[in-house]
Formats: sequence, C-alpha cells, structure tokens
Amino acid sequence: MTDVTQQTGTYEARMGDYFALMKPRVMQLVVFTALVGLLVAPVPVHPFIGFVGILCIAVGAGASGALNMWWDADIDAVMKRTQSRPIPSGRVQPGEALGIGLALSGFSVILLALATNLLAAGLLAFTIFFYAVIYSMWLKRSTPQNIVIGGAAGAFPPMVGWAVATGGIAPESVLMFALIFMWTPPHFWALALFVKSDYGNADVPMLTETHGRRVTRNHILGYTIALVPVALGIAFTSIGGPVYLAVALLLNGWFLKGAVDIWRRDDADSEADQHAVEKRVFKISLYYLFGHFGALLVEAVLRTNGLGGW
Amino acid sequence: MAIKVEHELHKRRLDRNVGVGLLLIGFVVIVLILTVVKVQGLGDIREMERFRSRRTSRS
Repeated sequence: MTDVTQQTGTYEARMGDYFALMKPRVMQLVVFTALVGLLVAPVPVHPFIGFVGILCIAVGAGASGALNMWWDADIDAVMKRTQSRPIPSGRVQPGEALGIGLALSGFSVILLALATNLLAAGLLAFTIFFYAVIYSMWLKRSTPQNIVIGGAAGAFPPMVGWAVATGGIAPESVLMFALIFMWTPPHFWALALFVKSDYGNADVPMLTETHGRRVTRNHILGYTIALVPVALGIAFTSIGGPVYLAVALLLNGWFLKGAVDIWRRDDADSEADQHAVEKRVFKISLYYLFGHFGALLVEAVLRTNGLGGW
Repeated sequence: MAIKVEHELHKRRLDRNVGVGLLLIGFVVIVLILTVVKVQGLGDIREMERFRSRRTSRS
C-alpha cells in the first residue's frame, strides 16, 4: 500500500482547518464590537496593550467556537449549513478540537489578566463558559429560548473591551451589551425562517420548529420593538451623540420596517418569493449592528478632536 | 539512491509546522513587547537603580 493517508488512518489537518474551528466570521463581529468597547471608553489605553487585549478577546471567542464545534459535532453533521465544518468533514478529530478549545481558553484568559486586569479576564472567562457550557451544552438542545439567553455570550465582547480600558463596568458598557443581546433574537430568527428544515433535521428546538413560523414572526416584531429604546438610549449617554442618534434613528426605522414586513407575511408569501423578505431582514440586521457600533466609533473619534457628544 | 516521497500529507504537515512555528514566534514577540511596555509604564526606571544602591550601601 502506498497511500500514506491510509497508513496513518486519519486525515492530518492543515493550519487552516484549525483556524476554521475558531469560527473566523463570528470572530470578526467579536473583534469589531470589543474594539469599539475599548475605544469609546473614557480611559486611554497604550496601543499595544489595547492590541493584546483585543487579540485575547478574539482568541477567547475562537476557543469557545472550537469547544462549541467539539460539542455540536453530531448536529453539525446533520445540518447542510454546517456539514463542511472541520469535525463533521473529518479534517479535524473531536479530541483535537477539545484540546485546542481548552488550551486557547486558558491562554487567552491568563494573558488578558497579565496584560490588562482581572475584571476583563474574568469577564472573558465567563463569556467562554457561557457560550461553551450554558449555551452549547445546555440551552441549545433544550429550549426554544436558546438564542435569547445564549445571545448574552455574543454580547459580552464590548463589555470586555470597556473593562480592558477602564478596569470596570459602567452603564455605557451594559447598554452596549444590551444592544447586542436584544438584537440577537430577531437576527437569528430571521435566519431560522429561511433555513427552517436544517434545525428540524438536527432536533434543535428552534422557535420555528417548536412554536411554528407564525409565532416566530410575532417574536421577531416584539423583540425588534423592544430593541429600539435600547439602541436610541445609548445616544444620550457619554458615548453617544448627534451622529449616533441620526444613524440609530435611520437603522431602527429600517430594521423595524423589515420586522413589520416579516410579521405581515405568511408562509405562502414567503415560499412564493423564496424567503426574499426574511433574507433581506437578516442582511439588514447585520448592517444594523455594524452601523450602531460604527457610529459609536465615529462619536469617539469626534470627541478626541473636540467635537461629538452633546 | 535517495528516497523521495512527495505526498499531499507532507504538504499538510509542512503547512501545519510552519503555522505553529509562526504562532510561537508571534507569541514570543508579543510577550517581549508587552514586557517593554509594562516596564516603561512603571515610571522612572532609575528609581530601581537608586533603590538597589541604597540597599547595597546600607549592608
């Protein structure tokens, strides 16, 4: 036999396969929101310490992604969207993913504690624990409220970024957390409306499967309405200002209109245009989050130049 | 005669080894710069020298 792969028995992963374990697309959002949390904070940070802080947050997010892929390998193998991930496709062994996840979790938390402060490191450790244990191991397979509560894991990065700079927690950082927390349900439910069969096949109790698509449409509208005051409220804190308020008014109007459009439709309308509105609202939700945090960044830049704020 | 084995597996291993090597170098560089930044943040480093010389003269 000349085939070396068959002799060794298992596929040997490339570096890119390990990198894919860390969910690089999710990491982009984490890095961006954490960076904004750090830059809008009223305490200046040495640029290199800030860089190490963001790097640790990104690696911590990647580590929790690897732990999630290790735990969810069985359902990832069933869902079309996730079948090509490193573990179900056989490129990475589950044990390797577990090892990488645990090692990077410890590495990122300890380095963050040494480089910045214990609160930031503690928040990062809690974020990893929340995503890997509370969300992945417990909520995801047991309740249709999985993404509502689990959304907290994705909402922590700006709080960690703020803690890197200030060493504390403030109403502003809690409001940034609340913005992502309230945004997550309508964002994911819009996705669930056009990939419905996938979650059902994997026995993941998404709201669309347990309570039906009509209820999901109602929930999207309800959560979007609840999101608006949080998003607008940030405008009147020390990190907000007229630019943020203008952007927030525009984006909330756009997102709210999308949520109403989803709510007014039924499955027949949705099937007829291949979920065009749901896909559009999902895209709007991405612009929504990047737009809000981008506006906060603009306000911070304006403030450092003596402009911005109220 | 030299044995030359060219297999896709070796490319994957090289890719991984180079990746791990670069990560380790990156880690060392980060710790080095972080140490410099932290030490500079301690204030006047000459204070440490004066403290040391005071202790030596006392003993």
